[in-house]
Amino acid sequence: MELTLWTYEGPPHVGAMRIASSMKGIHYVLHAPQGDTYADLLFTMIERRGERPPVTYTTFQARDLGGDTAELVKGHIREAVERFNPEALLVGESCTAELIQDQPGSLAHGMGLDLPIINLELPAYSKKENWGAAETFYQLVRGLLKDKVDGQTTHDPRAWKQEERNPKVNLLGPSLLGFRCRDDILEIKKLLNEHDIDVAVVAPLGATTADLLEIPKSDINVCLYPEISESTCNWLEKNFGMPFSHTVPIGVGATKDFLTEIHKLLDLPLKPNNANNESKLTWYSQSVDSNYLTGKRVFIFGDGTHAIAAARIAKQELGFEVVGLGTYSREMARPVRKAAEAIGLKALISNDYLEVESAISEAAPELVLGTQMERHCAKRLGIPCAVISTPMHVQDVPARYSPQMGWEGSNVIFDDWVHPLMMGLEEHLIGMFRHDFEFTDGHQSHLGHLGAGKAATDNSSLTESQKEDKAISESVNLDSPIWTPEGKEELSKIPFFVRGKVRKNTEKYARQAGCRKIDSETMLDAKAHFKG
Amino acid sequence: MSGTTLLKESGPREVFCGLTSIVWLHRRMPDAFFLVVGSRTCAHLIQSAAGVMIFAEPRFGTAILEEKDLAGLADAHEELTRVVRDLLQRRPEIRTLFLVGSCPSEVIKLDLARVAEQLNKAYEGQVRVLNYSGSGIETTFTQGEDGALSALVPLMPTSQPQESQLLIVGTLANSVEDRLKTLFNRIGISKVSSLPPRKSSDLPSIGPGTKVLLAQPYLSNTAKALKDRGAEILLAPFPLGIEGSRLWMQEASKAFNIDKGIVDSTLEPLIARATKALEAYKSALSGKRLFLLPESQLEIPLARFLHRECGMEIVEVGTPYLNREMMKAELDLLPPNIRVVEGQHVEKQLDRVNAEKPDLVVCGMGLANPLEAKGVSTKWSIELVFSPIHGIDQAADLAELFARPLYRQQLLEHKVLAHT
Repeated sequence: MELTLWTYEGPPHVGAMRIASSMKGIHYVLHAPQGDTYADLLFTMIERRGERPPVTYTTFQARDLGGDTAELVKGHIREAVERFNPEALLVGESCTAELIQDQPGSLAHGMGLDLPIINLELPAYSKKENWGAAETFYQLVRGLLKDKVDGQTTHDPRAWKQEERNPKVNLLGPSLLGFRCRDDILEIKKLLNEHDIDVAVVAPLGATTADLLEIPKSDINVCLYPEISESTCNWLEKNFGMPFSHTVPIGVGATKDFLTEIHKLLDLPLKPNNANNESKLTWYSQSVDSNYLTGKRVFIFGDGTHAIAAARIAKQELGFEVVGLGTYSREMARPVRKAAEAIGLKALISNDYLEVESAISEAAPELVLGTQMERHCAKRLGIPCAVISTPMHVQDVPARYSPQMGWEGSNVIFDDWVHPLMMGLEEHLIGMFRHDFEFTDGHQSHLGHLGAGKAATDNSSLTESQKEDKAISESVNLDSPIWTPEGKEELSKIPFFVRGKVRKNTEKYARQAGCRKIDSETMLDAKAHFKG
Repeated sequence: MSGTTLLKESGPREVFCGLTSIVWLHRRMPDAFFLVVGSRTCAHLIQSAAGVMIFAEPRFGTAILEEKDLAGLADAHEELTRVVRDLLQRRPEIRTLFLVGSCPSEVIKLDLARVAEQLNKAYEGQVRVLNYSGSGIETTFTQGEDGALSALVPLMPTSQPQESQLLIVGTLANSVEDRLKTLFNRIGISKVSSLPPRKSSDLPSIGPGTKVLLAQPYLSNTAKALKDRGAEILLAPFPLGIEGSRLWMQEASKAFNIDKGIVDSTLEPLIARATKALEAYKSALSGKRLFLLPESQLEIPLARFLHRECGMEIVEVGTPYLNREMMKAELDLLPPNIRVVEGQHVEKQLDRVNAEKPDLVVCGMGLANPLEAKGVSTKWSIELVFSPIHGIDQAADLAELFARPLYRQQLLEHKVLAHT
């Protein structure tokens, strides 16, 4: 039993709903009690969909359990097929139905229906949403294509040459409730088209069952979101000999690597990029204004794909220092650990947002890149934050074009990440000028009550300096050096967004150096020490 | 009973389960914690239904069952005890802990009552541990509150035999509760208490001198439990709108033998003011056609208010379930031939919505945007359980909730149909 106050991912059947709702002509009969119908709002509210998800819930009740729930399931399947006339039917169960073992998939198979039926077994007590989405996509592709596997993997990714056509690829993985998938598709299509590569099938988002049948006709697959499509890409490689790309094109470097990999797989010479088409991130990051960004400490947490991509961009393209990297996704733990090790960190793999919050607090970053939950944690800690990953919030479905992938994605990322940092700087300036007589209270902090040293009214109800005092006194309890009033005064002059780091470094230095008291001299010593 | 057409329908339903009530119950009693014993679905449901990210550590959570918990019940009970111990260590300010049963915990027959009993012994004098079921196989949406309040009833102290008091039952907004208490005091009912109280450990007393007014229409089990403790249950329309609120208060004053003249003279100025305030919305709503899908159990009283006081035409009133005794006073006020449908077949019901083309549909959050995309204005039923809507003074605010979507439709110059 696991105590959960908030969860990053939903149950696996919600993942299955993401696949069903992403596609056209699919219907999903879900053996589940009435409460599970809440999941509709994820699509109609968060994604603002004007269509209901194509899901029939059997909504069995306690009084049905004594009777024949199998008949109830069959009745719902029959009615759903009649009413919605789908091209393929997904049949599965949610956590409660899993316990009563009606096996709705087998029931559906026994009904003599004339359409492909995919039986989904998604263990609700051990797996989660992204796994459920990946498994559903895989079962669906496999279910529709398994008869076409001929045992000979003669697929030739260079067939486009003999056939005298453009190479064509499939984009696999984008789905509803995925982070910016809608716009990533457009951006990657544009990117590939610039290199005379056609995009054939995009799935699951927007695909029909007929589209899925076309998958093996393309030259290669592009695995855009490994969380959702890696298992499917593996199966297609194994059974059809279709190679797939592993690079996720988020960031300038990764986009270049992605192009290189795609061209290599297709045996297509890579044209030099038209520099004008590339991302502005590179120049913006090089421009003198961005000196301010140097060595900014960032903490990164999200799904595996976006967290790993963010770490690379932060370090190599923006010149930040990554001080924390982690994911809530167990399935992605291995690559995230690897990425963390490569930059000298130990990855945080956790479902528990409170653990993530304390790791953020401990790392004292100047910017948090996380999910909506880390945005709230960062707000409580008074640290700027940008959202880089699901779980989806209505704010993560912007009206404007806002991809994460490709050149435009890098532009979006530069703006989205640097803006909160500049707001942090502005915050410091507001704090600095607030004692000037020209300053009016009209200058509200974007952090609200937490910003610019104003009195807080939230649960902590502490001012910034009181918080600092509290942090100091707490550290005293831990047998740490004592801050003199003069030292405290000096510390308070440091911009709030780096104050935590300075305090920690100074205490660390004082302990190493055996100082019992910290004054402004100790602070300067510490500063010099850590420079050296 | 009037000539209202009462129909029953069954099929796929689209309603929240009783766990959803936690969303307002934990706000009402800040010293209580609601621990759902369930699955990841339960946890995801509550956080999604609440529609919020967490701004502070919440006073509800889920003990998520894992594969190994399903293997042996004895171990599951032990596991739950461990989770509770960890939780109480982390949150020492908790005075009442509700163990809330869910679909999976009911199906595997986890004995929450037994676990609660053992925990009560262990934490005697520190925390009271109660249990109830919010499972979707037994309860819908607001029924969860009925379960939670029923669980509190046995803990209510017994009042003195001669002690006369009025007990208002059902969560109300604090401001509304204060106002209603003031009004009851004004007409001469001096002792008025509430269930749930604002502090879980501050339970009102109960006994033969207690007369109970239900502020919410979904509290059948709580009413029965209170009756078993000797209280008298007053049956009246519910305090929504001017008329309902007036009849509700009059029922109480009758039970307390208060002179009708005093009640009338107290309420008359309020009624006059509320009637005036209602005018603007009445003209917006009058003649508009309303379809209520089943969800909050407030549908029948709302239909009564919107028809009788705002002039709306009722196409259909859905209700998740119908307790005829409790709803009698409401049904009597509905005009003949109104279609009241108990239960749901969501597809057939939406077919009727499409065929009838109502001006406004009251529905759950999952259905609202798909209807809006077809050009049908909607009102979320969940908003009604969060807003201060009870009492004469709130009648215009209540009407405004329904007038706003219609007004908005007029304001917007361009509309997109079936946008996906």
